[in-house]
Amino acid sequence: MLDIKGVFKTFNPGSITEKKALQGIDLHLEDGDFVTIIGGNGAGKSTMLNAIAGVWPVDEGSIFIDGKDVTAMPEHKRASLLGRVFQDPMTGTAANMQIEENLALAARRGKKRGLGWEVTKAEREKYHDMLVSLDLGLEDRLSAKVGLLSGGQRQALTLMMATMVKPKLLLLDEHTAALDPKTAAKVLEITDKAISENKLTALMVTHNMNDAIKHGNRLIMMNEGKIVYDVSGEEKKNLTVEDLMKKFSELGGHFSDRALLG
Amino acid sequence: MLDISTLLNAFPGYIAQGAIWGIMALGLYISYRLLEFSDLTVDGSFATGAAVTVMLIIMGWPAWAAMIVAVLAGMLAGLVTGLLHTALGIAPILAGILTQIALYSVNLHILGNKPNQAVSVDKYDLILSLRTVNEAIVIALIFAAALICAFYWFFGTEAGSAIRATGCNPAMAKAQGINIDFCKVFALAVSNGIVALSGGLLAQYQGFADVAIGRGAIVIGLASIIIGEVIAEALFSKHMSFWLCLSSAVIGGILYYIIMGVVLWLKLPTNDMKLFTAIIVAIFLAVPYLKKNFKTSFLRLKLAEKKKAKEAAKNA
Repeated sequence: MLDIKGVFKTFNPGSITEKKALQGIDLHLEDGDFVTIIGGNGAGKSTMLNAIAGVWPVDEGSIFIDGKDVTAMPEHKRASLLGRVFQDPMTGTAANMQIEENLALAARRGKKRGLGWEVTKAEREKYHDMLVSLDLGLEDRLSAKVGLLSGGQRQALTLMMATMVKPKLLLLDEHTAALDPKTAAKVLEITDKAISENKLTALMVTHNMNDAIKHGNRLIMMNEGKIVYDVSGEEKKNLTVEDLMKKFSELGGHFSDRALLG
Repeated sequence: MLDISTLLNAFPGYIAQGAIWGIMALGLYISYRLLEFSDLTVDGSFATGAAVTVMLIIMGWPAWAAMIVAVLAGMLAGLVTGLLHTALGIAPILAGILTQIALYSVNLHILGNKPNQAVSVDKYDLILSLRTVNEAIVIALIFAAALICAFYWFFGTEAGSAIRATGCNPAMAKAQGINIDFCKVFALAVSNGIVALSGGLLAQYQGFADVAIGRGAIVIGLASIIIGEVIAEALFSKHMSFWLCLSSAVIGGILYYIIMGVVLWLKLPTNDMKLFTAIIVAIFLAVPYLKKNFKTSFLRLKLAEKKKAKEAAKNA
């Protein structure tokens, strides 16, 4: 489903703030893989997701999604293949627009936007039913501005927007990091459900090692712009936080306290 | 002596001019409110609209056809600003200023290298004129109403929503597959097309196009939007529908001209008009900000403290 081959990216090359963010990434994802990504600050986790999403072009290497070479494809064109949820709940939704308008924008991802009405009556009913199953009390607030929602509600909504047109690949960039523990657990539960029900292929960056072990069928660890550890199947299921910590210090990295607390 | 009847006699003229500027404010609404792009092109494209309209009418074109070309010319100006910003990476304000400056020369050329050109209602069949001011008010308001309906429709469509999403949250828009550069350029073109239309209307209304006709247009347009919003919010609380937002921009234009009329009537020196304009706009821009921030300001706490101390002193 996803193939990354020899991808390099350096920010501000040649300047004092030069940062070699990705230093030779090779990654292959099977259809239906749900991969969690861990690593210290600046390890390149979010950068890798941004490279896949096409936020900027990579310096070297190539990226294939569903067999299609997207390396030279701009961000808005790749969007038809991807669903994305961001760390900041503000990023994934348009605050000044209504819930139903946000959903309608997402429903047209990868489609031509013409002069038909943005939100039709049939759609409104569909969104209502979808929000009922989300169980956050949003179904009766379809015409409320998204800016009025809590962070957790916004992330759940963004997740729904990312998956309502089935993406080839779902990119979750620490999408629960800005939420309180209870809300984070709820959003993760919704995430698991969305991925298993729609049989999605997903990459999830997290700071929380427990979450990284508990969710998904494969785990990768990044350090200094490289994938340094890749584990799946039974081996991944039997992992403990201690194992990961040990593995990580062997590689000379260090985690923030926040990761330990998870 | 101040005579109230001179003010009242001048009222219809202010309403007509205000309505025409209200149309300009609708154009500016697209860039300023929907795209969140402070587009200074409008000073130039307003004059372009006026110049193109007047010159084509003088050449014998029917007024409506001249105005269509004026709209296209305005759209071209918006296109240039849009491309300066999206393709060449120039900051919004600077991109607008560059186009505006360039248009000054272009507009002089359009006007046949003269600073102004007259188009008399006696000689030509104009769409509106200050000679028949009541009719001019109706015509300007019909244009405004038609535009408000068109806006209401277009910004409710899939394409219109993509533009609103681009202005509201570009990162989200891109993630949903929206080409935000295209949306910006398109919206700026439409915005300046409407601004040019109102320039063409004002030139016909006053019977001439002047190369400086659009000077300060951005400020007048902003004033219209903000005055309208502040007053509509005061009247209808926070729940502003899109209809109301658009209508209030036009009404804001009319109110702005009435305020200016009163300033003139008070015989304040006309040389200071621009100063008054800036002060009025600054006040109306500041009101919503101060209102919002007062609730969470240190000043409020200080005032509350003082009040408490006063009451304590009184009770003692």
